[in-house]
Amino acid sequence: MWKWLHPYANPEVAYHFTGKLIPWFNIIAALLLVVGMFMGLAYSPADYQQGETVRIFYIHVPAAILSMGLYFSMAIAGFCALVWQLKLAHAAIAAIAPIGAAFTAIALITGAAWGKPMWGTWWIWDARLTSELILLFLYLGVIALGNAFDDKNQGAKAVSVLALVGVVNLPIIHYSVEWWNTLHQGATVTKFAAPSMAMSMYIPFVICFFGFAFLAGSLICKRFQGQVLARNSLRPWVKKMALAEEH
Amino acid sequence: MNPSLSYRKAFQAILSRDLTIALRHRDDIVNPLLFFIIVITLFAIGVGAMPNVLMTIAPGVIWVAALLSTLLSLERLFKNDYQDGSLEQLLLSPCPVFILVLAKIFAHWLVTSVPLILLAPLLAMMMNLHPDGYWALFLTLLLGTPILSLLGAIGVALTVALKKGGVLLSLLILPLYIPVLILATAAVDAATMNSPYQGHLAIIAALFFASLITAPFAVGAALKVSTN
Repeated sequence: MWKWLHPYANPEVAYHFTGKLIPWFNIIAALLLVVGMFMGLAYSPADYQQGETVRIFYIHVPAAILSMGLYFSMAIAGFCALVWQLKLAHAAIAAIAPIGAAFTAIALITGAAWGKPMWGTWWIWDARLTSELILLFLYLGVIALGNAFDDKNQGAKAVSVLALVGVVNLPIIHYSVEWWNTLHQGATVTKFAAPSMAMSMYIPFVICFFGFAFLAGSLICKRFQGQVLARNSLRPWVKKMALAEEH
Repeated sequence: MNPSLSYRKAFQAILSRDLTIALRHRDDIVNPLLFFIIVITLFAIGVGAMPNVLMTIAPGVIWVAALLSTLLSLERLFKNDYQDGSLEQLLLSPCPVFILVLAKIFAHWLVTSVPLILLAPLLAMMMNLHPDGYWALFLTLLLGTPILSLLGAIGVALTVALKKGGVLLSLLILPLYIPVLILATAAVDAATMNSPYQGHLAIIAALFFASLITAPFAVGAALKVSTN
C-alpha cells in the first residue's frame, strides 16, 4: 500500500491529482444537489407537525454532520502531520479549517431560522445548538492559531496539536452540554429521530448530504491546491507553471 | 543536569525553583486574586444586589471568575522561561518532558489556585451562597482547578512563541473549560438543593485524572513546536 501511496506525498503530484478531482466533484455535487434540493423542497411531504418549515432540514442536517466530520478529518490530518511529518497534511489542515467553520456557521444560522417558527425564538440553549456553537469556537481557535504564526511550518505543527486536543475534548464537551441541557431545561424540544423518518424524506436527505459532501470535497481540493502552491512557491515546478500561465 | 538525577529529584528541583521565583514576584500571585474579587464584585453590582438573585447565580459567577483569573495567570507558566532560554535548556535535559511539565504545572497550581480556593468561601458569603453549597464549592474548586491548569498549559505552550498570545490563548482554552464549568456549577447547585452531588464530583475527578495523564504529553509536544 505504501508503494502505491507514497507518490502522492509529492506536492507536485498531489497538486495535479486534486486538480483532476475538482471537476468530477463539481459535476457530482451539482447533480446531487439539484436532484436532492428539488426532491426535498418541492416533492417530499411536509411534516404533519412542523409543516413546510421542515424543509430547512435538508440543508441544516447535512451542514451539521459535515461540520463535525470535517473537524474529525482535520484531526486525522493533524495526526498524520505530527507522526509522519507530512508537509502536505499541513496544507490539508489549512484547507479544511475555514470550510468546516463555514459549514458550522451554516448549521447554526439555519438552526436559528428553523428555531424561529418552531420554538418561537431565534436562539434556544438547546444541547445540539450549544455544542455546535462551541464547535465553531474550536474552528475559529484553529484558524486564529494558524494565522498567528509568521513561520507557516511552525504554525501548522501547533495547529496539528490543537486539532488533536480539540478532537479528544469534543465528545466530552458534547456529552456535558447535553447533560447540562437536560438538567436545566427539563424535557428538550422533541425532534423526530433519524431512523423513524419516512422514506420519502430520507432519500432526498441522503442525496442532499452527499451533494454537500462532494461540494465540500471540491472546495477543500481547491483550497488545498492554493495552500500547496503557497508553501512551494520557490520550487521550479511552480515557477514553470506560473510562467506557462503568463503566456 | 546530572544524567543520574532521579525523576523525583528532578520534579522537586523544578518545583522548588518555580515556587521560589513565584514568591519573589508576589504581584503575580496577588493580581489574579484581585481580579477574581473584582469580577465577582462587578457581577453583584451589575446584576443587582437582590439576595435571592445572587443566591441563584453565585455558583456560576464564582466559577466563571475562577476560570478567568486562572486564564490571566497562565501566561506566566512558560513565558519568562521561554524568553530567557531556560525552557530550551529544560527540554534538552535527559529527564522526560512529562516530569518537567508536571512539576511546572503543579507549582503554578500551588501559587495561583490554592489562594483562590482559600478565598472562595469569603466570596461565596458575599454572593449569598446557600450554606449547604460551601463544602461542594470547596471540593469542586479543589478537583476542578488542577484541570484548568493542565488544559491551560497546553494553550500556553502553543502560544508562548507568539508576541500577542494573550487574547488568542483565551480563544483556544475557554471552550475546553466548558465541561468543568458545567459539572462544577451543577454540583454546587445540587448541594444547595440538598441533593447528592458525589456523582458530579466523581466525573470531575475522572476528568482530572484523564487530563493529568494526557495533558503533559500534549504540553510537551506543543513546547517542542514552540521552541522549534
